[in-house]
Amino acid sequence: MPLITADKLQDSYDVVIVGSGAGGGQTAYTLTMEGLKVLILEAGRSFDVQSEVAMLQLPSQAPLRGEKTPDKQYGFHDCSINSGWDIPGEPYTNANKEPEDQFRWWRQRMMGGRTNHWGRITLRNGPYDFKPRMRFDLGFDWPIGYDDIAPYYDKVEMLIGVFGTNEGLENSPNSSPGVLQPAPKLRVGELYAQKHGKKVGAHVTSIHRAVLTIPQDADTLPAKLHPGNAKAQSILADSMRTRSPCFWATDCHRGCAIRANYDSQTVHLRPALATGNLDILPNAMAREVTLDKQGRATGITFINKVDGSEGHATGRAVVLAASSQESVRLLLNSKSNAFPQGLANSSGKVGKYITDSVSSSLSAHIPAFEGMPIHNEDGAGGPHAYVPWTMHAQNGKGELGFPGGYHLEFTSGRQMPSLTVLNGIESRLGHEGVLFGPKLKEEARRYYGCHLGFGAQGTMLPNDGSFCELDPELKDQWGIPVLRFHWKWTDFELNQAQHQQQHIRELLEAMGGKVSARTEKEKTKLLRQGGTVIHEVGGAIMGADRESSVSNQWSQTWDVKNLFMADGAPFASTADKNPTLTIMALAWRMADHLMDEMKKGNI
Amino acid sequence: MSTPDDLPRMDRRKALQWMLTATATMAVRDPNLFAADTSPIKAKGYGPDPVMVKVYKPGDVWPLTLTEPQRRTTRALCDVIMPADETSPSASALGVPDFIDEWISSPYPAQAGDRRLVLEGLQWIDQEANTRFGKAFADLALEPQTAICSDLAAAKPQPEYKKQVSFFKRFRDLTAGGYYTTPEGMKAIGYVGNIPSGTFEGPPIEALKHVGLA
Repeated sequence: MPLITADKLQDSYDVVIVGSGAGGGQTAYTLTMEGLKVLILEAGRSFDVQSEVAMLQLPSQAPLRGEKTPDKQYGFHDCSINSGWDIPGEPYTNANKEPEDQFRWWRQRMMGGRTNHWGRITLRNGPYDFKPRMRFDLGFDWPIGYDDIAPYYDKVEMLIGVFGTNEGLENSPNSSPGVLQPAPKLRVGELYAQKHGKKVGAHVTSIHRAVLTIPQDADTLPAKLHPGNAKAQSILADSMRTRSPCFWATDCHRGCAIRANYDSQTVHLRPALATGNLDILPNAMAREVTLDKQGRATGITFINKVDGSEGHATGRAVVLAASSQESVRLLLNSKSNAFPQGLANSSGKVGKYITDSVSSSLSAHIPAFEGMPIHNEDGAGGPHAYVPWTMHAQNGKGELGFPGGYHLEFTSGRQMPSLTVLNGIESRLGHEGVLFGPKLKEEARRYYGCHLGFGAQGTMLPNDGSFCELDPELKDQWGIPVLRFHWKWTDFELNQAQHQQQHIRELLEAMGGKVSARTEKEKTKLLRQGGTVIHEVGGAIMGADRESSVSNQWSQTWDVKNLFMADGAPFASTADKNPTLTIMALAWRMADHLMDEMKKGNI
Repeated sequence: MSTPDDLPRMDRRKALQWMLTATATMAVRDPNLFAADTSPIKAKGYGPDPVMVKVYKPGDVWPLTLTEPQRRTTRALCDVIMPADETSPSASALGVPDFIDEWISSPYPAQAGDRRLVLEGLQWIDQEANTRFGKAFADLALEPQTAICSDLAAAKPQPEYKKQVSFFKRFRDLTAGGYYTTPEGMKAIGYVGNIPSGTFEGPPIEALKHVGLA
């Protein structure tokens, strides 16, 4: 079973999955390795990571030096095609006019979804992150705790390959022994921050990222991941052996032709296809989940984007992994007599409680770095270190004015210069006027590599003002009703942003940094707009009962027992950790449960 | 026909009046040559699914639009901003003027403002060169070229230069950015990465010593 066209669809599959990213990829992998017949519908085109990604191309080899355009909204060489916040023919709307009350929605219309262009930061949620109500009397407790998901974190990390160290930190859990790959050495700026950050309580340590630093152990990992399943072990071992470790150059956002970092195609879809149990239909835009008279899901109606025709894929179970809000949209658009407000929406909670990472950033010129001996610090195509959240005691006592916390990601170093490499050089170096001529070249050498910053990513708990619904009028180019978003920051996010800014400023100043940005008084201006971190989750949250949530602890909808969610939609809140690893761990756990239920004859 | 090279020496005020009149009459005949044609670009972009691995050069996707006189001025100004020295070449030797042409000829909305700013700025700087030194900017020696730029780059420029100062600052950013994104420019600024390697050794001891970490 391979990549197919619509006319090659089989009459029925065990499971039909919508979406081929982290959640859909993991689900397909888990199910096909156990012999289930699976179909993935992907709205984008097929994409060959080996031949289509631009790894070593320079900005001067791209139009406009590779800067962002409406066609390539993360820059020319970013591994995104037909993707963006604004896609022609695929609109969405916002109910509110003020920018801070709006949500921006990234869509990644290509095989492998958003896993093609992410930073590969794979942090585990900690025990507190699943129980905000217990800890802060706010938000909703997830119906699972850390111990429920920990074995799946281990499995996903072994499968995809994650480097990092175990630090024994509160609420930033260790991986089991033998799971992590060796962490790369830290760069000068990261080490310098490690030394001087201590003065302001910033603990700089190795980050966890899905990049191979050594070859995967193809002799032992497959048996740990698929005990008693010789075929799966053999396929996985083959797949692991075709992956090369990092060659220490190029930004991971460009994609990885040598398969050193994780993307869904490289790690999930390739072995899943090798089982012979997977069909993937690209260019298929899902429109509706179909139901039988007993209220069970029967499959997906889709638009074949190649010719505009409508098709239907049939399965014994349906898994939505289209990205959290696209899956929500599918549910809301699947109306029937049984579900007049949209499928699986007897609680009225579909579309509710969308959250994103709370994010702000600040940077500085670090004079100590001036005149640094020239050296190559490309490293693993992204950060090697980060600052985990450690102020649990203070916010446990309610001293900080916000629940949860945030971690800090390094944003610069001696990176490949971009078009904006010297913008603002005067204010950073304390010059007046505009530098040019020989003096500019001299100052450029002094200035380059001295710029260091941090981006914070923090907890957001759900609120009643951040949700989506169907727009009453607007439809996309295929006639499918679009989403209308509502977005509201609460004082918690605003207080957190202020704390982030103050903490980053202290940290930069502890390094002798000169921060040129003035302190922003208006808190809403500090925050990156909702959705722009591209960590949006929620909208079909999991919970303890069918009145207050859409799905149970298995991401199985309460209303339709053969309908499951495998993206960020079931998240009951955003932790101070990036969501992708948790999406995969939940998807694997969900897939195990789905197979159990099938074996028991419940599905 | 007249070009800015033929302008007689006269005071700045008179020159500007003369230019305005001349521009108004001549623009009808040959707007591209003389006046800054800042009308929007109608070409198409590269679309949402371009071939990413291909090596592009300015002009490959949409046509370049600078006229020859504008290109001469652009080349000259680029090289005043990023001149050659003993270790690295000039901006024009690295094709930066082509990049600036590509940038201001871009069909995307983000560059439309720069198009107007740069084309009007190029026109102004030629007029200024003629007014002050009786030649087009590109025909001046480095010293008078630098004198004009220094007025715009000053810590406290004359208020009447407000618009030209924005032009110069933006042109400087585009020139420097265009320069340091080339292989030679990367070498000049001290970026030595983008080379596949079997290992990552971390910072060398000299770098650690430099910041007191060893």
